[in-house]
Amino acid sequence: MTVEEVKLQAAKANGGHGAKDQFPVGMRVLAVDDDPTCLKLLEKLLQHCEYHVTTTGQAATALKLLREKKDQFDLVISDVHMPDMDGFKLLELVGLEMDLPVIMLSANGETQTVMKGITHGACDYLLKPVRIEQLRTIWQHVVRRRSCDAKNNGNDNDDSGKKLQVVSAEGDNGGGNRNKRTSRRGRDDNGDDSDDSDENSNENGDSSTQKKPRVVWSVELHRKFVASVNQLGIDKAVPKKILDLMNVENITRENVASHLQKYRLYLKRLSADASRQANLTAAFGGRSPAYVNMGLDAFRQYNAYGRYRPVPTTNHSQPNNLLARMNSPAFGMHGLLPSQPFQIGHTQNNLSTSLGNAGGMNNGNLIRGAHMPLQDTSKCFPTGPSGNSFANISNSTQLVTTNNLPLQSLEPSNQQHLGRLHSSADPFNSFVGESPQFPDLGRCNTTWPTAVSSSNVQELGQKDRIVNGPKLEPLSSFTEASSQIPLLGNETQSQVASLASNGLPMPFTQEAVPFAYGSSTNSREMLNNNLALSNSGINSSLPNLHIDGSVFERNIDGSVVPRQTLDRSNSGGGGVPPLQDGRIDHQVVNSHLNYNNELMGTSRLQRGLSGGLDDIVVDMFRPDRADNGVPFIDGDWELV
Amino acid sequence: MEYSNLQRQAASLKKSLFDQGYLDEQFCQIEYLQDEASPNFTEEVVSLFFENSTRLMTNIEQAMEKNPRDFSRWDVNMQQLKGSCSSIGASRMKNECTSFRNICGDENAEGCMRSFQNLKREHGVLRQKLESYFQVLRQAGPAVTAARPRGM
Repeated sequence: MTVEEVKLQAAKANGGHGAKDQFPVGMRVLAVDDDPTCLKLLEKLLQHCEYHVTTTGQAATALKLLREKKDQFDLVISDVHMPDMDGFKLLELVGLEMDLPVIMLSANGETQTVMKGITHGACDYLLKPVRIEQLRTIWQHVVRRRSCDAKNNGNDNDDSGKKLQVVSAEGDNGGGNRNKRTSRRGRDDNGDDSDDSDENSNENGDSSTQKKPRVVWSVELHRKFVASVNQLGIDKAVPKKILDLMNVENITRENVASHLQKYRLYLKRLSADASRQANLTAAFGGRSPAYVNMGLDAFRQYNAYGRYRPVPTTNHSQPNNLLARMNSPAFGMHGLLPSQPFQIGHTQNNLSTSLGNAGGMNNGNLIRGAHMPLQDTSKCFPTGPSGNSFANISNSTQLVTTNNLPLQSLEPSNQQHLGRLHSSADPFNSFVGESPQFPDLGRCNTTWPTAVSSSNVQELGQKDRIVNGPKLEPLSSFTEASSQIPLLGNETQSQVASLASNGLPMPFTQEAVPFAYGSSTNSREMLNNNLALSNSGINSSLPNLHIDGSVFERNIDGSVVPRQTLDRSNSGGGGVPPLQDGRIDHQVVNSHLNYNNELMGTSRLQRGLSGGLDDIVVDMFRPDRADNGVPFIDGDWELV
Repeated sequence: MEYSNLQRQAASLKKSLFDQGYLDEQFCQIEYLQDEASPNFTEEVVSLFFENSTRLMTNIEQAMEKNPRDFSRWDVNMQQLKGSCSSIGASRMKNECTSFRNICGDENAEGCMRSFQNLKREHGVLRQKLESYFQVLRQAGPAVTAARPRGM
């Protein structure tokens, strides 16, 4: 790490705006690759192109670097296959949070993989071994992005006038916000103002040399964004209107436009994934629990429905950042409100998708899972697990308002979070008695991200985890469920069985799959806490759910569906590699949680942050099984 | 530049590595990157490669023992190794990796075992040859670097 540190210092020293004048010379590149040979080579190649290079072998470190030094990088080059995080997830996060161009790198040149890179937002996909000629022109992506942003800004200006006249319902907002939106570009909640913010706000041109301050899409901001989009209808949502509806200062139409663009891409990808998963889950019933892939898919689907996890109010030192970070990943979820006509026919699939994600099976698309339930909910009310999820999603308004609750929980105060949980969740009342567990939530939460990632990672490595999928099925409605129960950990099995038979009056909302982050004790506590929260009767009985902490969720007909929880710390052998920077995951988790809360309605809020966030985190940190279908090498887990 | 015997020897070793397919042009790319700032860049990259590849191969071997017939796992591991091989231009190893992956796709465990043994062998041979090459190179002195024929 010494070299990295040195480089970081160099980056800090040079990372200001010195590169502007000689662009592309001195363009600041962040290179991420777990293979040290490739990384060293890449570094040298980039240096030969006269770029300023920072390298890291871990995606988690890369994210941390990017988050800490928001404006010190122009471009990210990342390998696709990395042990601690799927390259695609990193790609998504970077695109959402930092709006930096990302180039994917891989030895795998299969069309499907390349396609995946592009749909995840990569601006280029290079095959290893990379030649220097290819790297000499990568600066074009930086320029292109800046030009696009500038152009969006220009277009928005033209539209605004027209829209003002047309807008009726939003007329007030339109008029009122018009003034507001003009120039301020800056940070939303966290006050990270860059020096450039005022200067660059609405300027076009000079895009190649100007640095655009990055607006951080905090959870709150993203929520508003999604609410606005949904209110307008995804097809009719234009940046100007969204901006007006959002009614937020320090955001320009340009910010909204680029965020919208990403959001749309995200949705498209989700729907593509959803249909794919729908097909997979359709066959779920017929598969044996041992069928790994199926289990994963089913699991995925179930989890997608909505897992709420008690949101651990983070004690994170940078709550604002946390919110911001959390917001980004949740972005996809927010978008899917019942008004969206996605996946109408795949109710079950959606549910399983979400569930699957919750379980943390190698489901590359956490967000996808989260979306799934929403989509179906609006259109149909299937019975069984999917039906459950839908029932709660009554209308977008409800979802929007409920968001507030999770947001509150995001505040760096466990008390708030807990308070919210208590107040809003009836089912929780029974858990409230488990107060000893709550204080742990805070702790656990902080370790969540690591647990999630680690759990995910481990999940990948362990075949038996795959049973998660089957487990998710509602006990009552799926014949497979019972056969799958044995797949759960021993402890879980009995509990699941008992739960199923008792038909615990669990809140409809889904339990966020508690991820065990960080240290095993924490994760265990987390797991237990989560379980406690989510499963009224299960708490005590699931002390050490290592592998399959299941959270039960209630079906429409009241049967309890075991939910998969991830307990990475316990699972698998070797250590669960907690994420180096728990914050990262937190954010994702939180944003997803918020998202889920939004979607699921008040009852879900009770559960705290939705499990969707977990899913997102899980997906983020897990390679997409759909592509590889293979768990990771055990020995390669390594967190920075 | 006059070619000393050692220099000639080094050049000849290198040529044979290319002729026999152990290395491909990617290796030249690495040598091209070597400069005053990093005068031993090639050797550093190569030794990094052998460190990494040994580890990866151990992983694969363990996976093959502990996770029998877990083809997708083997495949993922092998893909990583392949990426590494292609980065330094280890051509024969890379081809063997590809072959392994194909056999893996056919779910032929025995075939995989055999392929993996081949791979281990190639790995050992390449390591040996490159070690001798660098040794001669070092002895030949820095002049060889400048005079090294390109595009071999």
